[in-house]
Amino acid sequence: MKRIALVTTLLAGALLLYGTGDFPPWGDPNAPASRHVSPTYIEGTVKDTSIPNAVTSVLGDYRGYDTMFETIVIFCAGVVVVSVLRRPDA
Amino acid sequence: MKKEYSLPQDRPIGPSLIIEVAVRVMIPFIQLFGLYVIAHGHYSPGGGFQGGVVLGASFILMAIAFDLKTSLRFFSIRANAVMASSGVFIYTGTGVLCALLGGLFLDYSAMDALLALGPVEWRSMGVFIVELGVGLAVTAIMASLFWDLASGGDMEKGL
Repeated sequence: MKRIALVTTLLAGALLLYGTGDFPPWGDPNAPASRHVSPTYIEGTVKDTSIPNAVTSVLGDYRGYDTMFETIVIFCAGVVVVSVLRRPDA
Repeated sequence: MKKEYSLPQDRPIGPSLIIEVAVRVMIPFIQLFGLYVIAHGHYSPGGGFQGGVVLGASFILMAIAFDLKTSLRFFSIRANAVMASSGVFIYTGTGVLCALLGGLFLDYSAMDALLALGPVEWRSMGVFIVELGVGLAVTAIMASLFWDLASGGDMEKGL
């Protein structure tokens, strides 16, 4: 069973590494992400949200759905620790 | 302050006047800085997560320098649970409110229907409300994680 798990992990890892070969080079100005996503956010931050800090506007506004579930993940971590460790009389 | 308070006497290394006075002086400034980091996230590095961690760390510092009961005096378990849940509720509730007011989920410009500040200003304001919720949740969860892990869940004696 352990051997099957090891082989599966290695195969999946090799497949992922093979897949990264098709990625654009790191920091490539012609990559799809830096051709329309990043410029839209950088140019639209002040115009759309009047927040001068682009990081905050992406975190809270453009990618607000992501941040909502980050908060829920932290909440779940707290709830799990409380439910596992805390004694009922505390 | 409801009850008369005396310094804890039964700790492994005993009470240290220097540490306790230093922490007494530092904690208000740490908490003020945490609030500043949350509120100033629009203009400088920071935001709800970072400020919440700073605020939570002030209670952890209190629990380490004095003892766990001292931090529980200033931040009760009940208030902790209410803060953690209301932080998440503020975030999701803002999203639902935007949807109910006719926009998309988490599209803060829809809240212009409540108070006419302008859709662009409301998007800035909505990010602030949401960061406040994140800050509340992270503060409470940081403190509660430390309490439970340090005392093994019985909330009697910490580190």
